[in-house]
Amino acid sequence: MGVIEGEKRQFMTGNEVVAWAALAAGAKAMFGYPITPQNEIMHYWTRMAPEYGLKFLQTEDELSAGFATLGGALAGTITFCATAGPGNVLMQEPISMAEMMRVPAVWVIQQRGGPSTATVIYSQQETRLTCLGGNGEGLRIVYSTASHQDMFDYVIKAFWAAWKFRFPAFVLGDGYQAKMREPVTIYDPEGAGVELPVAAPILKPSGVPSVDREPVHMRNTFNIEEELMDVLMEHIRDYSEMAPQIVESEKYLCEDAEILVVAHGIVWRSAKEAVLGLRERGVSAGAFRPITLRPFPEDDLRAAARTAELIVVAESAYGQLESMVRDRLYRIQVPIKGILKPGVGITAEEIVEGVTQLAEMSRSEG
Amino acid sequence: MIFELADKGLRPKAWRSETKPHRFCPGCGHGIILKGLADVIDELGIHELGVFACDIGCSLLSWDFFNLDSVQTHHGRTVPVVVGLKKVRPDLTVVAYVGDGGGYSIGLQHLISSAVRNDPVTVVLANNTLYAMTGGQMAPTTLSGQKTSTTPYGRSIEETGPPFMGPEIVSAAASDSAYVARGSVTRFPELKQILKKALLNQMLRSSFSFVEFLSSCPTNWRTKPADTLKFVNEDMARTFPLKEHRVPKDLS
Ligand SMILES: Cc1ncc(C[n+]2csc(CCOP(=O)(O)OP(=O)(O)O)c2C)c(N)n1
Ligand code: SF4
Repeated sequence: MGVIEGEKRQFMTGNEVVAWAALAAGAKAMFGYPITPQNEIMHYWTRMAPEYGLKFLQTEDELSAGFATLGGALAGTITFCATAGPGNVLMQEPISMAEMMRVPAVWVIQQRGGPSTATVIYSQQETRLTCLGGNGEGLRIVYSTASHQDMFDYVIKAFWAAWKFRFPAFVLGDGYQAKMREPVTIYDPEGAGVELPVAAPILKPSGVPSVDREPVHMRNTFNIEEELMDVLMEHIRDYSEMAPQIVESEKYLCEDAEILVVAHGIVWRSAKEAVLGLRERGVSAGAFRPITLRPFPEDDLRAAARTAELIVVAESAYGQLESMVRDRLYRIQVPIKGILKPGVGITAEEIVEGVTQLAEMSRSEG
Repeated sequence: MIFELADKGLRPKAWRSETKPHRFCPGCGHGIILKGLADVIDELGIHELGVFACDIGCSLLSWDFFNLDSVQTHHGRTVPVVVGLKKVRPDLTVVAYVGDGGGYSIGLQHLISSAVRNDPVTVVLANNTLYAMTGGQMAPTTLSGQKTSTTPYGRSIEETGPPFMGPEIVSAAASDSAYVARGSVTRFPELKQILKKALLNQMLRSSFSFVEFLSSCPTNWRTKPADTLKFVNEDMARTFPLKEHRVPKDLS
C-alpha cells in the first residue's frame, strides 16, 4: 500500500501538495537551495523525511542541487529538485547535462517575477526558460499546472514520464499556486490506477563491471561533430516518438468559438471564466490550454482554432506563450493578439475587457 | 585478457586495457595519478562498488579509463554529482577526479561546502598550474611570475593574487574526520599511500577526503622531460609543500 491510504480531501498549499505528490510517486531524495516561492516544498519534505526514510540535502547553490539530483537519479533513486527565478537560471546547467545524458529527474518550478531577482510573488516568465533553456534543443517534458489538483496529478505524472522516457521533466507552477491554499484530493496513485515511475540504476546496475558485464561509461563530450549529431538525432527521434504519448491540452467551448483565448497555468482559470463572461455578452468565445508546453500540443491547438476569427493569448509574461502559439499556427489566416502582463496576475474581467477591445480593433483593421 | 595480465601483476584489474594507450600527452601527470588510483582500487578491492566521476578539463579524457562504472560531468560540478550518488547509495565508494581550474575556480564552493559537510566522498585533484585543456591559461594555482597564455609576461601576484593553496584552505574548512593531503606524481609510492588513505577514510570512516597532486603538463609548459620534472620537483614544490594536512587519528 502507498503512503496515502485511498483518497483524502485536503485543504493545503501548492508546495505541500508537491511534497505529498512526490512522496506518493515514490520519490526518495530531494536536493534543494532556498528560494521563494518554493521553500515550503523542502520544509514539508524534510518534515516527512524520518517517517518515510527520505533523503534530503540543502546544497550550497542550485548548481550543486541540480547536479546532486543527477547523481541520485544515476544511482537509481527517484530524485527531484525544486526552484524558481534566478535558481531556475542556474539550474539550466545541470538540466542540460540531463538532456545530453538522458538522466531522468523532476524539477518543480514555482515561477516568480523576472528578469533578475524581481519579485518573489508570481509570474509566468519562466515559460521559455523552462521549455528551452540550456545550450541544446529543449528535449524536456514540461507540464503547466492550473490548480492544486493539477499539481498533485502532474507531479506524479512528471515522475512517471521522466523515468519512462528518460528526459528531464518539469512541473511549471507559480508563486500563487505555491503559496495559496485550496481543496485538493490526494490519493494513493496505485489504488487509483495511475502509473508510477520505475527506476533502475543507470550507474551501478547489478554485476561486477568487466566481469559480469561491460562497465557503464557515461560521457557528455564528443570528439567529432558527427559523433555528437548521431547521438542527438537518436534523442530527437526518441523525443518525437514520445510526443504523441505525452501531449495534453484542455478545450473549453471551442466548437463554435469565433474568439479563441489561449492561456496556460493559473491564467487558464481566468480564461475559462472570461469565456463565460464573453458569451453572456453574446460573443462566441472559447478557450484553449496547453497542459504540456514541451512537447506542445500543436494539433489540438489547430483543431481548437478551426472556427476562430481572432486568437488572443493571455499570459503573465510578455509574449512567451504567444510566440509558441504563433510558431505552431504558422500561416494561419487569423490575427493573433496578446493580453500580456509580465509578472502580474490576470483576472477574468481583464480578459473580457481585453478581448472586447482587441476584437473591435481587429474588426476596424480587417 | 586483462585479468591474465593483472594476475601476472602487469596491469591493475581496474585498468581498462581496451581504452589504452590512454589519451593523455606523453609525460602528462594525469596518467600517473590514474595509474596509482587503479592500483589502489585493486588493492582495496573496490572494483565492484566503486564509481569514478571526472570533470571537464584534461581529466575528462579519463571517462572510460577504468573497469569501473564512470560518469563524466561538467566543469567544476563533479563533486555535487558524487555527493548525490553517495547520498542515495552510501554503500558505494565514489571518486571525483578534477583539475585545479575545476576544483579551485569554478567548482570551489562545491569543494569547500563538501569539506564543511564532511561528505563521505573522495576528491582527487591534479594541480598542473594552468587550464590545460583550453590552451594553458592562468589557473588559481599558477605560480608567481609563471608565463601562461593569459599571463604572457608572467603572473602578477599584485593583480591576480597568490597561488591558491588548496589542501591548506580545504583543511581549514574541513572537520577533524577529514583526510587532506598534497602529494606529487614524481613520488609514486607516496601518491598511492595518499590515495589509499583518501579512499579508506570514505570506506571505513564515512568521511571526506581531499587530495591534491602536483602534476605535469609538458604540452602547455612547453618543457622537455628533464625540465618537466624539475618544474614539478623544484618550482612547484617550493610554492606547494608536500604534506598531509589532516589525518584522522585512526587512519595514520
Ligand atoms: C562552464 C564552463 N566554463 C568553461 C569551460 C571550458 N573549459 C573546459 S576545460 C577548462 C579548464 C580545465 O582546466 P583544469 O580544470 O585545470 O583541468 P586541466 O585541463 O588543467 O587538467 C575550461 C575552462 C567549460 N567546459 N564549462
Ligand atoms: S595538455 Fe597537459 S594536462 Fe592535458 S593531457 Fe596534455 S600534458 Fe596532460
